[in-house]
Amino acid sequence: MSAVEVNLINKSYAGKVAVADLSFSVARNEIFGLIGPNGAGKTTTIRMMMDIIKPDSGQIAIFGEELSESSKNKLGYLPEERGLYRKMRVIDSIIYLSSLKGMEKRSAEARADELLNKINMLSTKNKKIEELSRGMSQIIQFIVTIIHEPELIILDEPFSGLDPVNTELLKQIILDLRNQGKAVILSTHQMNQVEELCDRLLMINNGRAVLGGSLKEIKSRYRSNSVILDFEGKLGQVPGTTEKRTQPGYVELILDKKTTPQQVLERLVSTGIIINRFEVATLSLNEIFLKVVGKNHE
Amino acid sequence: MNKTLLIFKHEFISTIRRKGFIILTFALPVLALLAIGIFHFASDVIKPPAEAVKIGYVDETQSFNQLVSQGNMVFVSFNSSEDATRALIEKDITEYIIIPYDFISTGLIQRYILQREVAPPPATQNAIKNFITSNLLAGKVSPAIVTRVEAPLNLLTTTLTPTGDVASKQGGLLNLIIPGIFSFLLAFSLSFSSAYVLQGLGEEKENRLMEILLSSVSARQLIFGKVSGIGAAGLAQVVVWVISIPILLKLASSSIGGILSMIQIPVNFWVFGIVYFILGYLLFAVLSAIIAAISSTVREAQGIASLFMLFSIAPFWFYSLLMFFPNSPIWIIFSIFPFSAPVLVMLRLGMTGVPTWQLIASMAVLILSIAGGLLLAAKLLRTYILMYGKRPTLKEIIRNIKRG
Repeated sequence: MSAVEVNLINKSYAGKVAVADLSFSVARNEIFGLIGPNGAGKTTTIRMMMDIIKPDSGQIAIFGEELSESSKNKLGYLPEERGLYRKMRVIDSIIYLSSLKGMEKRSAEARADELLNKINMLSTKNKKIEELSRGMSQIIQFIVTIIHEPELIILDEPFSGLDPVNTELLKQIILDLRNQGKAVILSTHQMNQVEELCDRLLMINNGRAVLGGSLKEIKSRYRSNSVILDFEGKLGQVPGTTEKRTQPGYVELILDKKTTPQQVLERLVSTGIIINRFEVATLSLNEIFLKVVGKNHE
Repeated sequence: MNKTLLIFKHEFISTIRRKGFIILTFALPVLALLAIGIFHFASDVIKPPAEAVKIGYVDETQSFNQLVSQGNMVFVSFNSSEDATRALIEKDITEYIIIPYDFISTGLIQRYILQREVAPPPATQNAIKNFITSNLLAGKVSPAIVTRVEAPLNLLTTTLTPTGDVASKQGGLLNLIIPGIFSFLLAFSLSFSSAYVLQGLGEEKENRLMEILLSSVSARQLIFGKVSGIGAAGLAQVVVWVISIPILLKLASSSIGGILSMIQIPVNFWVFGIVYFILGYLLFAVLSAIIAAISSTVREAQGIASLFMLFSIAPFWFYSLLMFFPNSPIWIIFSIFPFSAPVLVMLRLGMTGVPTWQLIASMAVLILSIAGGLLLAAKLLRTYILMYGKRPTLKEIIRNIKRG
């Protein structure tokens, strides 16, 4: 059974389409990237999954059933627009919000201590939220999201406003959660984070799915059919290539349709030049994103 | 624990821990204590002096020479205004009057004093009046008639039931005191409790907490828990005030205590008081939730809410009209109009008997308004609580309500 099953959902606001015929599924034990430009419909989709807003049509199943008050306890949600009670102490905020997820006070406090200790923030336990930096309060929000050990975790732009140290810390926790068998949905427009963390992804634009699949599959689908070469010596025409693009520090050789990178490497070795770097060029997710979104914008 | 109960507990504890709430809860009894102290002090100051007060008079008509002693005031005759002025300056007398030769036709009496005042003290005015009256009537009518002319009547009204028996609830100015104070506290408490709802929801919206909360509980659970939690805190506040009344009465002087002990408030007044507090609070709390849902900031929400709060305090503006004509059709309409009903009905209950049909109609309209408001608030909360920075127009709100 999938953790999430979204089937042909639609949502419009005052005649403007926010999400159209969107379908996808998320399995346990995976990090699923929901990506797209600003206003693509990511947050609307998540809010429909969380039953905060209702879809105009279509079905959403969380662990095989419609979201109910009791099944909300299986979910951890870190929204993009997030905050905490500014006048409350860190520990009180965590205990109150986790109690709304069905946790007992004693176990919430013990788990809060454990998590705060893990991220070296135990000293902030009795501080008021307003005394914390933005990044620190964001970490507390993340703790609130995962403290009740949810089966499905939905993170909307979790890294925005975090410094590199905290970003790494959060990434490690997200990977740990996946390894514990949880389903994680990561909504972001930071493509490097998606490349590092996600097993599968869905790209949406103007409320519609424009690209989906495993990261490996998508990258191979968008392979550029060229190789990158950093060398010393004189390089003439290489058989099997159609173009040589000189870039600062390297050249990019565009291959014809019949030649493989392996054959080009053999031919380069035979010319006697010194090869410092040779790699098959693939588009970064960011480039794929720009390519797909750009095409859709045209 | 049930999630609504968890929110109730959280809101109750957060509210009673607020500095503003604590100050307000204890400030009112302290202010009352202060008022009692001031009353004691002032009554000591204005207490009539033990020795007789001498008031000079120059009688140009030559007919006012008897009954010069009126209570503790003694009228001392002077031949001329110069003599009287001298005596006044030398503090032999406290003031003097001149009764001119044409007094009978004009009724005019000239009074001279050393210290400026807004109006003659009632005791002095009364003494002068009685001095004049008793002299004018002396020898012409019996002393009993003179006394009657000085104090013509003491109107004692008795309310009868339709069957001709003496009604258990009698009117009177004294009986307005407790209902008046209670209605004032009711309006005060309604205003503060609904302000806490407004502030609580507004802050959760401003602090971007709403989406986190709605991922754990439904909009209805959130509103129910919040409204009941803050309402319970408001009720606790009123209970503190009510408990402090007997203590304050004990501390009050025998004169105030005596007056207050004469006041009889029927039990059903307190029952209606509690019912109208709960209904009134729920109505304004639900209204606050609706306003918080559609407003972009707490300040904006407070501005809109204060317009509705005017209805609850408006009866005090027309207090005198209400006192003399408590059963006017306009008050009947506003006793059924939900926003003015709680305070107005309580005021009218203290002044007159409110017919049962009006009480039923007023409570029914309040209950229906609360139920409708709760549904509307939950719907609007879901729709607008996640919209930041922009307040929807009335047209947009109506369209969204219609779309469900």
